[in-house]
Amino acid sequence: MDAITLQILNGLDKGSAYALIALGLTLIFGTLGVVNFAHGALFMIGAFCAVTLNRLLTLSHQVVDETRTDFLGNPLKVDVPYMHDLFGEVTGAAIIDWSVPLAILFSIPVMIAVGVIMERGLIKHFYRRPHADQILVTFGLAIVLQEIIKQIFGANPIPTPAPDAFTGSFDFGVLLGFDPNAIIYPYWRLVYFAFAALIIGGVFAFLQFTTFGMVVRAGMADRETVGLLGINIDRRFTIMFGLAAAVAGLAGVMYAPINSPNYHMGMDFLVLSFVVVVVGGMGSLPGAVAAGFLLGILESFASMNEIKQILPGIDQIIIYLVAIIILLTRPRGLMGRKGVMED
Amino acid sequence: MSKTTLTRRGVLRTGAVAGAGVALPTIFTASSARAFTNAPTGGSVTLGFNVPQTGPYADEGADELRAYELAVEHLNGGGDGGMLNTFSSKALDGTGIMGKKVEYVTGDTQTKSDAARASAKSMIEKDGAIMITGGSSSGVAIAVQGLCQEAGVIFMAGLTHSNDTTGKDKKANGFRHFFNAYMSGAALAPVLAKMYGDDRKAYHLTADYTWGWTQEESIKAATEALGWETVNAVKTPLAQTDFSSYIAPVLNSGADVLVLNHYGGNMVNSLTNAVQFGLREKQVNGKNFEIVVPLYSRLMARGAGENVKGIFGSTNWHWSLQDAGSKAFVQSFGTKYGFPPSQAAHTCYVQTLLYADAVQRAGSFDPCAVGEALAGFEFDGLGNGPTLYRAEDHQCFKDVLVVKGKENPTSEFDLLEVVEVTPRAQVEYAPDHPMFAGGSLGACNPGA
Repeated sequence: MDAITLQILNGLDKGSAYALIALGLTLIFGTLGVVNFAHGALFMIGAFCAVTLNRLLTLSHQVVDETRTDFLGNPLKVDVPYMHDLFGEVTGAAIIDWSVPLAILFSIPVMIAVGVIMERGLIKHFYRRPHADQILVTFGLAIVLQEIIKQIFGANPIPTPAPDAFTGSFDFGVLLGFDPNAIIYPYWRLVYFAFAALIIGGVFAFLQFTTFGMVVRAGMADRETVGLLGINIDRRFTIMFGLAAAVAGLAGVMYAPINSPNYHMGMDFLVLSFVVVVVGGMGSLPGAVAAGFLLGILESFASMNEIKQILPGIDQIIIYLVAIIILLTRPRGLMGRKGVMED
Repeated sequence: MSKTTLTRRGVLRTGAVAGAGVALPTIFTASSARAFTNAPTGGSVTLGFNVPQTGPYADEGADELRAYELAVEHLNGGGDGGMLNTFSSKALDGTGIMGKKVEYVTGDTQTKSDAARASAKSMIEKDGAIMITGGSSSGVAIAVQGLCQEAGVIFMAGLTHSNDTTGKDKKANGFRHFFNAYMSGAALAPVLAKMYGDDRKAYHLTADYTWGWTQEESIKAATEALGWETVNAVKTPLAQTDFSSYIAPVLNSGADVLVLNHYGGNMVNSLTNAVQFGLREKQVNGKNFEIVVPLYSRLMARGAGENVKGIFGSTNWHWSLQDAGSKAFVQSFGTKYGFPPSQAAHTCYVQTLLYADAVQRAGSFDPCAVGEALAGFEFDGLGNGPTLYRAEDHQCFKDVLVVKGKENPTSEFDLLEVVEVTPRAQVEYAPDHPMFAGGSLGACNPGA
């Protein structure tokens, strides 16, 4: 039982990353009708926002320590971060320690800018082109972005730890009435799940309860009529693209402490997120979120040893298997609407 | 319409005559000096450095390339000479190889077997490379080694740790200086038993390809021989990034040691995940839970950050070694590039020197003559103590380092500390050891 609970937690955690990326993909597809293969790259750029802020905060100058020597036997040059000079050693260290949460604030404007530039600079020229063209150009863009990141940050993963207060793990089992030590779960993964729930809730609330959201929803349902009513739907959709980029970016920032960011992390998530969108139903936001969590949990269960003993390799194909079954029985996906991608 | 009469005998006869005619010139020349692939004719000789310049091991490839450039500089008489000054063989004198200036071309393996073969092939056929060296993966090393055997050039393997490289996939034209998974097991297991006791229950997570399999087999055999029990061994896909669903079952498996047969990004992520799940603070069977990373790399330890502290593993070489060879190498590498070399850089530098020295001693670039000079060669002064290039399988035998993630690093390079230098005798094995059985060197191929 505790093993199952642990895998449910794992699934929710994985699912929250899938759901956040799929949410952004669906927003872009639903509003702009563009299949954006560069969305994984936005997730990756988000994670590198955390790396960048960490680098900025740890910018240092060197002080020669005569008492120690470096590997060549010369006096050791010790790096002293400017933060320590500016705020004193204790506060400076604390600011550096909290670089990932601070990166949330840093990443929002950066990601919105990246999204808007992407949409205005490239993607808007492909609105009227076939989906195949959109896929090619956005996929190409994803490769370009990932190579730029590799050029700047190198090919190896870069450790970006969570604040000390959130490292380590906590005994989740005791809360649920299990024996102590039965279900240990990392703090930061719980934070990630809570954060994802907050963002997803925020996006839904924004679309549901604001006028802006109402217009966007109307545009998703019938773009032409909204245009005929004299509403500049294009500008709003550009903003939605920026918003979707910010959602993917935030998912990336918070993911950085879970797995050290590297340049191809976006690609790792991209294909899975597309399956999530298709399973959830193209253009359906609740579908994307539900499918994200569903597939995350299924994937976690499939990687349990007990299940792999019966069906070896099932963990690698479970998501695609489920996708096939769902699409055979419900061709529009779990919550797909009639008419989307069918004309 | 004319009718041609083709008979079997006629075709055979014509073929035999034509064949003899074509072969005639080589039959005569072979008596004086045998022809071989890319025999250098001018005043220079070209070496082919095949390293990952893109892809997941690009940083390691970059360090290999730095080492190769340094080796070429030293061979041509530039710089401070590095390990040429400490090398026990004095055949090389800084005037290139057999008086020919050393030049090089580079290829990008991308850590993909087909790309690595293509770049090696191009360097051999287009650039006239006489020797291919480099790489940071056993899959690539085995693929390129096979290609060099077919093409008739020497392959001096870079970083490759799978038993198969000098086991079932060994080739007469291929040579490995780097240690292997068996040696890691033989060196590491006694230290682990000493530190953690001999009644441990181990759980393996293993990268699902040639290197992972042979390392798992080696560590299992070595630890079980000392009394450990293997609770489970789970293969993980090479492309896996989040290991949480593989780590979670470890918690309730009854295991008290987790062995991560992972390298590169896999190692960074699985170790980070394991630490996040609190494995290191856990108590199982009344003992502290421990994590082991049998093959360590400093470049990768950097990616795992704080998480490597106190974790045991093994390595081929480390820059903090205090023998004359290591010090000379660290001095010239550090002066040129500003940071200490990695073990990948070390093995690549040494392989280049060993190749050049073998040519010099053989008095010929002929791969078969070079191979003969390398096989059974005993040397010292290259950072690993007295070393033997065993003739039976072209594997180097030398001391192995057991290392531990350093608790208080003084710099970003100072991540590992050497716990024990395991003597060569302890990591030696018979050429027909079951873990290495199944292949044969075959005959050397000079090509051409």
